[in-house]
Amino acid sequence: MTSALETQDLTIRFGGHVAVDAVSCAFAPGTLTAIVGPNGAGKTTYFNLISGQLRATAGRVLLHGEDISGCSAPQRSRRGIGRAFQLTNLFPNLTVLENIRLAVQSRAGVGLNLWSVWSNHRELTGRAEEVLETVALTAKRDLAAAALPHGDQRKLEVAILMALEPDVFMFDEPTAGMSVDEVPVILDLIRSLKARRDKTILLVEHKMDVVRELADRIIVLHNGALVADGEPAAVIASPIVQEAYLGIEVAK
Amino acid sequence: MILRRLLSGDLPRSRVLALILLAILAGLLLTPFAFPGAKALNVAAKVCVFIVLVSSFDLLLGYTGIVSFAHTMFFGIGAYGVAIALNRMGPTWTAVAVGAGSALLLSLALSLVIGLFSLRVKAMFYAMITLAVATAFQTFASQLSEFTGGEDGLTFKVPELLSPGFSLSEHPFLGVSLDGRLIAFYLLVATTLVLFLLMLRIVNSPFGRVLQAIRENAFRAEALGYRTVVYRTYSNVLSAGFATLAGALLALWLRYNGPDTSLSFEIMIDILLMVVIGGMGTLYGSVVGATLFILVQNYLQDLMKLASEGMAKVPLVRDLLHPDRWLLWLGILFVLSVYRFPTGIVGKLRAKSRAKA
Repeated sequence: MTSALETQDLTIRFGGHVAVDAVSCAFAPGTLTAIVGPNGAGKTTYFNLISGQLRATAGRVLLHGEDISGCSAPQRSRRGIGRAFQLTNLFPNLTVLENIRLAVQSRAGVGLNLWSVWSNHRELTGRAEEVLETVALTAKRDLAAAALPHGDQRKLEVAILMALEPDVFMFDEPTAGMSVDEVPVILDLIRSLKARRDKTILLVEHKMDVVRELADRIIVLHNGALVADGEPAAVIASPIVQEAYLGIEVAK
Repeated sequence: MILRRLLSGDLPRSRVLALILLAILAGLLLTPFAFPGAKALNVAAKVCVFIVLVSSFDLLLGYTGIVSFAHTMFFGIGAYGVAIALNRMGPTWTAVAVGAGSALLLSLALSLVIGLFSLRVKAMFYAMITLAVATAFQTFASQLSEFTGGEDGLTFKVPELLSPGFSLSEHPFLGVSLDGRLIAFYLLVATTLVLFLLMLRIVNSPFGRVLQAIRENAFRAEALGYRTVVYRTYSNVLSAGFATLAGALLALWLRYNGPDTSLSFEIMIDILLMVVIGGMGTLYGSVVGATLFILVQNYLQDLMKLASEGMAKVPLVRDLLHPDRWLLWLGILFVLSVYRFPTGIVGKLRAKSRAKA
């Protein structure tokens, strides 16, 4: 079976600094892979290389076996790589519903429609409302995204990705900065997404209990290189992780 | 509801704004009857042309977030297209069509090229590039004096139906003679209305939402799969097209076109002020901004003359209110309005009615 997503020797250099160093990894369809590592390990940069915000210095990205290294970010998005960002990245002066609708609309491919009136596209609005419901933001649908508290902005960030319905979901610390009672909403979403078994999920996450529970597999990045890869229990127990990642956390 | 359909579901969302818009529409429609005289009619016609021109600029600046200084270039292309065609081919409707059509083609081609080559660069550089192109075009237009009439511009006759000599009826109606100028004026108002509603439709389409998304966060729009260069270029081309039509309307109304009426950089500044005063990214703001600005531009001096005469005995105030100081007061009005209403008149009115609700 071909992997849903694969990176081969994926590398990027900024000047003399190698931020991602020849990372080769294949992600099987329907699985959830957690990517862990200390701050500055290159996790977000690795994500940027996959979703196309950055172009690799060397190496390839394959989607369903097809080389997409030459594709731009919008092309990769349309081919089915969806991304939620670590730093909340919304359309601040548009309403919550519009933020989600833009994702639904992108998927429906009606963006270049000049003549129809957007509010008449009931099917798109309906789908956006469904997604809104799943993150419990229905009551705030008409607020500007910028007016939401941080936790709700994080939910909206994830909701936009949900509305895009890609084949590959990439979550970059989806629960970062959320209050304790808000975290379960996001985790439930990811859990139900995983239960569908037809989507491939990549998750950067610092909370080890979350990773242990959700992940089918963990890969560890350290100084841009892939240093460990395997079953959650085995990886977490491995000395390299204890030192490179958990060591730091324990030291805190 | 028909009104909702006409406005593409984008209602004024403020009672005061709705009343202002109705007043502007009624004012324009009634001008020939309520305010006799050539000046009032000319001011009203200018308001119409600028509503189209400023709205088309808002499509670019307010909705897509693109800063362009080449907007008067497209305005000028429209005006020159009609002027040159009518001047060379005589006062026929064919000439109007040929002039406006070829101007549109030229504008679309130019805006497409500028868009594709330069919308990838940063906003600041794009503004500079458009400034350079517009300045080059201005020089070019005055150098080609054989076609454009150079600095003197071109005077020409318009089709008979629109000319002052044409008469619909021997008898004046409500004291106004039904001549070609009147027909031209109402055609202008109707065209303005149609073009404005068309732009309102565009900004409220799925495409229009993507433009707003790009203005808000181009990076995220790309991550959602929208190719921002394509959308920005379309926006550029559409905006140029509407500006060209506004130019054609201006030339038809004035029966004259020269560099100062349609190409000068002063007009570019005026457009910017109008869109900012009215409220960017609302289209209605362009209507309010253009109307207010042109009224002030044309009547502030008269008003000040009255005030100055009234204050004839008070030395300093009299001098400050002298009609020659009108630019000073225009400047103060502008600074005040930007300071008091950073989101423009429309933004302020909408915020007020939202707070009430």
